Amino acid sequence: MSKRWLIATITALSLIVASCGGDGETATTAGETATTAGGATTTAAEGEATTTAGEPAESTGYEHLDQAMAGEFEGTTVEIVAQWVEGEEENFNLALDPFREATGIDVQYEGLPDYELALQTRVDGNDAPDLAQIAQPGKMAQYAGDGVLVDISGWFNVDKLAEEQVEGFVDLTMVDDAVYGVYYKTDVKSIVWYPVAPFEEAGYAIPTTWDEMTALSDQIIADGNGNPWCIGIESEAADGWVATDWLEDIVLRTAGVDFYNQWWKHEVPFNSPEVLAAAEQMSAIWFAPDYVYGGNVAINATNIRDVANPMFDPAGPQCWFQKQASWIPEFWPGNRDVPDRAEWENPPGEASSFFYLPGIDPAVGNPVLGAGDMFVMFTDGDRPEVRALLEYLATPQGAQAWIEVGGFISPNTTVPTDWYTSYPNTDLVPILNEADAFGFDASDLMPAEVGAGSFWTGMVDWVAANGEGTEEIFQAIEDGWPAG
Amino acid sequence: MAEAVEARLEANRRPRWTIGRDISVAAAVVVLIWLGLRVLRSETALDALGPFGGKLVQALIGIVLGVVGIWALFVVANSLVELLPARATSVLRPYLFVGPAIAVVSIFLVAPAIGTIIQSVTEVPEGEGPFYNFVQAFTDPALQLALRNNAIWLILAPAGALLIGLVFAALVDRVKRESLAKAFIFLPLCISGAGVAVIWRFIYEWRPPGQPQIGILNAIVTGFGGEPVPWLQEIPINTLALIVAFIWIQTGFAMVILSAAIKGVPIELMEAARIDGAGELQTFLRIVLPSIRGSVITVFTLSAIAVLKVFDIVYVTTNGNFETDVIANRMFNEMFRFRNFGFATALAVVLLLAVFPIIVINVRNLRRQGIGA
Repeated sequence: MSKRWLIATITALSLIVASCGGDGETATTAGETATTAGGATTTAAEGEATTTAGEPAESTGYEHLDQAMAGEFEGTTVEIVAQWVEGEEENFNLALDPFREATGIDVQYEGLPDYELALQTRVDGNDAPDLAQIAQPGKMAQYAGDGVLVDISGWFNVDKLAEEQVEGFVDLTMVDDAVYGVYYKTDVKSIVWYPVAPFEEAGYAIPTTWDEMTALSDQIIADGNGNPWCIGIESEAADGWVATDWLEDIVLRTAGVDFYNQWWKHEVPFNSPEVLAAAEQMSAIWFAPDYVYGGNVAINATNIRDVANPMFDPAGPQCWFQKQASWIPEFWPGNRDVPDRAEWENPPGEASSFFYLPGIDPAVGNPVLGAGDMFVMFTDGDRPEVRALLEYLATPQGAQAWIEVGGFISPNTTVPTDWYTSYPNTDLVPILNEADAFGFDASDLMPAEVGAGSFWTGMVDWVAANGEGTEEIFQAIEDGWPAG
Repeated sequence: MAEAVEARLEANRRPRWTIGRDISVAAAVVVLIWLGLRVLRSETALDALGPFGGKLVQALIGIVLGVVGIWALFVVANSLVELLPARATSVLRPYLFVGPAIAVVSIFLVAPAIGTIIQSVTEVPEGEGPFYNFVQAFTDPALQLALRNNAIWLILAPAGALLIGLVFAALVDRVKRESLAKAFIFLPLCISGAGVAVIWRFIYEWRPPGQPQIGILNAIVTGFGGEPVPWLQEIPINTLALIVAFIWIQTGFAMVILSAAIKGVPIELMEAARIDGAGELQTFLRIVLPSIRGSVITVFTLSAIAVLKVFDIVYVTTNGNFETDVIANRMFNEMFRFRNFGFATALAVVLLLAVFPIIVINVRNLRRQGIGA
């Protein structure tokens, strides 16, 4: 009897030990790695400099990146996630490859569909990646408030970053004195795509003022050439954001960037008269008879990826204008699921080109609405290989491959302009440079309840009502603005 | 008498293992689990198999470890209990086997539920009372809409599933290839809710008039010369359209339960009714239906609970836009998009309270049938 007791107990105990043993072991190894790495951080800067004096590597201006380039972190792994899938995933991997090759660090990129929720779920489940892309500064502030983000200001060369990037981007990554992110990518949203050949055939001219644009819209209808505008705001769990972009662009053009910044900071009511006036201006296009392909029902029913399909109808354009950022050609018919841009059926710049969404009030001038993607750091900054990758992403080289492929604008002004070789950006960068003001996508800056909630759904309701009840809808958004 | 029982218990025990076999089996299990954990914890061990092969092997190891682990747990615990005096063994053994299930339910269901209730009354803005979130929930116009929609769902969906399921169950009883017919009707239940929602999204797809309609429903409508209908935008058709998708899933479940119940109705009873001159419909309404009352209630209550929790269909098709929002979708948005934990947990508690009476009905029904104690 007593022997059986013994055996059973031993078995039970060893099972427990076996299952916990793994834990303990990993913890120790991790601890060791951390200590050695920590040691390296303090001494390596000098040590490396002397040992590799034979062939001095050019300094990147970033401490950990220099160390990584010297091969100090070879064999380590960094996990990075972003919303970029399919073609964009390939492009981002191209941009990461030089870092992988130079440092020997295994950078594991994963593009997550339904990104914002997927990331949140992983963070909540204590399974946060090392680095993650975030499109909404408000989301960054929320993560920072939750205490899950690393404040990089202690070791990141923020001064260098602020000097190199377009004015205002570093401010967007700051909460009080802490810095939580590095802007990697930016985008200009104030552009309108049109089908070049039919447009020229019809003898139309590119509008340079808002009035010219509406006159041209009337002209298209009068000519019996279908509807002037292609608009769709269906976007899976983010329905409505295209409409918020429109309204923001118009607020920027009618009320100016100073009001615009007060507006997203909620220093003025969401439904200020200026905003209602902008909505009025917007409905003159969105809800005017025959202006939009399929009318308001189509606006709500059409996924953003399908919006331009009628523009490329074999029988000729059924609609002519699509206001969308420079990434949209990836989703046009004949381009989708074709990773090689050279094989695109509707290459931007040939099949379709864009013009700047004209200004409205000459006193305000020609502002640009834009957005951007930053990277934030979830894991403890003691892992120098993670720091090195974040620093790499701040350099022009960190985006070079993607810039050269196209579809990418860096907020970094030190990027040589001749890297922008492909069409949209050769024409976009001047728009960005010549803009009278830059407004960051307001819905990305508002609290999530509004910017990713009531503003989106409010616009969907507004479209469903075909522009009726503007005041009530905007009042409801104002009423729902979270306290504090 | 007691000695006789004990003797029988003693005799019924597993033949004793030799000590050598005991040790080797135990050691093998330990080594297996240890090795498996090593592989699972290692980030590089499965790299050679490629990304897909690696994941596959990882899953297989997980399954084997889980099954062997549970088996080992029960065997070890059982042999520990068997070392006790026979009477203690017979008292303890049931708890040994039920215990882990109770523990799992407590840890993963009861504890979070209590935590949710606590959070719903503690996560309030400073200076507000504990029921702040609940007051907010019932005064928020968006939520009143969701509550209204849940009520519509509750009235229509379980009844629809039940009625159609009942008709199918009665009809399928007389079909030649019964199991085949049943399998087809049961099939939607095997698809995940999100998958069903995607299917119905395509069915309801709307394209502007004049364009080829890729949604079957609008293809039919335009085929007969009608204007395409935006099924998911048009209020109140859209909520009904979503309910139809739910009924499509739930009918199979209702049919299977009810069909089994119908087969349990004594044939003598039916024959007696027929001899007394009852027609088919009369037999069904007066004999069959009362006989399967318990199953009908079960189907209805389970469907009602599923309806209160409905989320995936709404999230995928309309995301709550166009006045189709329901509480569960609202809760999801508040929780994961807006991070309003207090509000979201309050909604969870509201759902819990709404489900509770239905569960009570169900349990009482089961008791009446003599199932459960």
